[in-house]
Amino acid sequence: MSKALLYDSTLCIGCKQCEQACANQNKLPYDDAIAAEDYQSAHKLTVVLTREEKFMRRLCMNCQDPSCASVCPVGALQKTALGPVTYDASKCMGCRYCMVACPFSVPKYEWGKLFPKVQKCVMCPDRVAAGKQTACAEICPTGATKFGERDELIAEAQQRIRDNPGKYVNHIYGLSEVGGTSVLLLSSVPFETFGYRTDVSKDPLPMLTYRVLSHIPDFVPLGGMLLGGVWWITHRREEVALAEGRKPEAVKKNGRKQ
Amino acid sequence: MKVKLSFWKTVFLFLMAAGAYATFIRFTRGLGASTHLSDRFPWGIWISFDVLCGVMLAAGGFTLTAAVHILNIKRMHSIIRPTILTAFLGYVLVCVALMYDLGKPYNIWHPLIMRNPHSVMFEVAYCVMLYTTVLALEFSPIVLERFNLQKPLKVIRAILIPLVICGVILSTLHQSSLGTLYLIVPEKLHPFWYSPLLPVFFFISAIAVGLAMTIFESSMSAKHFGLHLELPVLQELGRVLVVVLSVYAILRFEDLLHRGVLGLTLKPSYEMYLFWLEIALSIILPLVLLLQPRVRANPDGLYWAAVLTVLGFITNRMNVSITGFEGSTGVRYFPKWTELAVTGMIIAAGFALFGLAVKYLPIFPKEEFIAVHENTRSLPVGVVSELQHAGD
Repeated sequence: MSKALLYDSTLCIGCKQCEQACANQNKLPYDDAIAAEDYQSAHKLTVVLTREEKFMRRLCMNCQDPSCASVCPVGALQKTALGPVTYDASKCMGCRYCMVACPFSVPKYEWGKLFPKVQKCVMCPDRVAAGKQTACAEICPTGATKFGERDELIAEAQQRIRDNPGKYVNHIYGLSEVGGTSVLLLSSVPFETFGYRTDVSKDPLPMLTYRVLSHIPDFVPLGGMLLGGVWWITHRREEVALAEGRKPEAVKKNGRKQ
Repeated sequence: MKVKLSFWKTVFLFLMAAGAYATFIRFTRGLGASTHLSDRFPWGIWISFDVLCGVMLAAGGFTLTAAVHILNIKRMHSIIRPTILTAFLGYVLVCVALMYDLGKPYNIWHPLIMRNPHSVMFEVAYCVMLYTTVLALEFSPIVLERFNLQKPLKVIRAILIPLVICGVILSTLHQSSLGTLYLIVPEKLHPFWYSPLLPVFFFISAIAVGLAMTIFESSMSAKHFGLHLELPVLQELGRVLVVVLSVYAILRFEDLLHRGVLGLTLKPSYEMYLFWLEIALSIILPLVLLLQPRVRANPDGLYWAAVLTVLGFITNRMNVSITGFEGSTGVRYFPKWTELAVTGMIIAAGFALFGLAVKYLPIFPKEEFIAVHENTRSLPVGVVSELQHAGD
C-alpha cells in the first residue's frame, strides 16, 4: 500500500529538527546559516517556514501521478508503489524539464557544479522500503510530521478537522491537488500564506501531454499513407499528361495569373 | 564591397572569439557561472532561441520538400537545395546548442536505451535524432554530386520519396511537440500563451516561418552571391504565406476568445506589450504588406514581409518560453553575456557555414551560375570563378 506523510502545522513548534534529520539522511551540509535559509534549494530539501507565528513545512509532495516522472525523457524520476518519487542521477542528462513541469516548483539544480544533479526530497525510499519511517517523521518530537498509510492518514486528517471545529482550514492539502499527493498538509491559516497554490488542477497533469502523445502511433502510419497517396496522385497526373502529349508545368505556368 | 566584407569578417571573428571564451567558462565552471538560470527559472535563451527558434527556422526544409516532392510543384525545385541546407545546418546547430544547455551533455544518448514514452522530451529527443539523420541524407546528394560519387547517389535517389515522407512526418511531430512541451504547465504559463492548442500553433507557425525563411534566404543569396532571384516562385510562396498566417491568426484569436482572455489583451501589463509586439510582427504587419499585390510584386516588399514574419515568431517562441513564465515565477530573466555569446557564435557559425556551402557545393542550379557570369559584371572575378567552379 501507498505510504504518505501527514504534516499538521498546528502541532509544529518550528524546532527544525526535520531539516537537520533530512540533511543527515541525504548527506547534505547543515549549520546555522543553512537553518536560517527559508527556501528549498539543492542543499535544503525541506524547509520549515514561519509566517505570522505559524509554521509550515515545504518539501516534495511526492505526487500520486507526478509531472516530473512523466516528463523525464530517460525515466530518471520514478513513482514507486510505496509512495516515494525517486531520482536516479546516473540516468539524468540534465534537461531540467522536471523543474519546468513540477506544479510546485520542487526540483532544484546544483547550478554551481560541473556535473550537476537534480535535488529534491525523495521521501527516504530506502527507509520506507525497509519498513521504517522517513527521517523527518522519526525525529519529529511533537508528531506534527506523521508517517503512515495514505488512506489511514487521510481518515485521521479528516477526523482532526471534524473534532476541532474552527481550528483548521477545512482543507487537506494534497488530498486532491494534481490528483493527490503523498504529502498531506493541515493548516490553521490559508495555505497561500506559505506559497501553496490552491488553484492547481484537481486532475493529474501528465494527462495533458499524454493526450497528445498517445495519438502519435496512429498519426505516423496515417500521415505516411496520406503523403504517399498525394505523391502518387500528383505524379500519376504528370504521367497521364505526358502520355497525352501535354506539358503539365508549362500549361500551369501560362495559365497562371501574374 | 571590400570594406563591407572585412566588416562582416570582423564581426564574425569577434563573435567566434567571445563564443569560444563563453564555451570555456561553460565547460569549466558549469551552468551556474555561465548563465542567469536559477531554480526558479531553469530554461533560458539556449532553449528559447537556440532550440525552439532554431528548429522553427529550419522548417523551410520540410515545407519545401513536401511542396516539391510530394505535391510535385516543379517550379519550386530551383530553391529546394538552399532550403535543405538551411534546415540541415539549423538542426546541426540545435544539437550543438543542446550540448551547452544540458547539465550532463555526455548523457545525451541516454534516451536511446532509457525510454519513457510518456515524456514529450523523449519524443523531442527522438525527433531531433531521426530528423537530423533524414536531413543529412536529404542533403547528401549535394555533397555526393560535388565529388561525383554515382553509386551512393543512386541509392539516395531510389529512397528519396520515402525519405521525404519520413522527413515531413518527423517535422510535423517535432515542430508540434515543442509546443506540447508546455502543455504540462497550465498554472505556470501566462494565459496569453498557454493553450491546449499549443502544438497546433507551433506547427502552423513553423510552416509560416518555413515559407518566410525560404523567401528570406533566397533574397539574401540573390543579394550576396549575385544569383538570379526566382521572383515568381517567391511571390507564390508569399501568397501561400498569406493563407497560412490568416489561418493562424483566426485560430489564435478564436482560442483567446474561447478561453476568455481576450479582454486581458487590452489591460496594460508587461505581458500585454510583449503579446502585441508578437502579434504585430507575426500577423498584422506581414499580412498588411502581403495582402497588397504591389508589395508582393516587389522583391524588397516580399523580403521585409518575410523578415517581419520570422521576427514575429521568434518573439512568439520567446514569449512562450520566457516572458510567459516571468509572472508566475516572479523572476525577470535576462541572459548573461556568456549565454548571448554562445548564441551569437552559433548564429555566426550558421551564416558562415551557409556561405561556405554555397561556395564549395552545388547548392544553386548550374544554369544560374552561367547566367550570373554573363549578367553580372560587378561581382569580383574571384567570386564568379569560384561560383562557376562550384557548379561543376
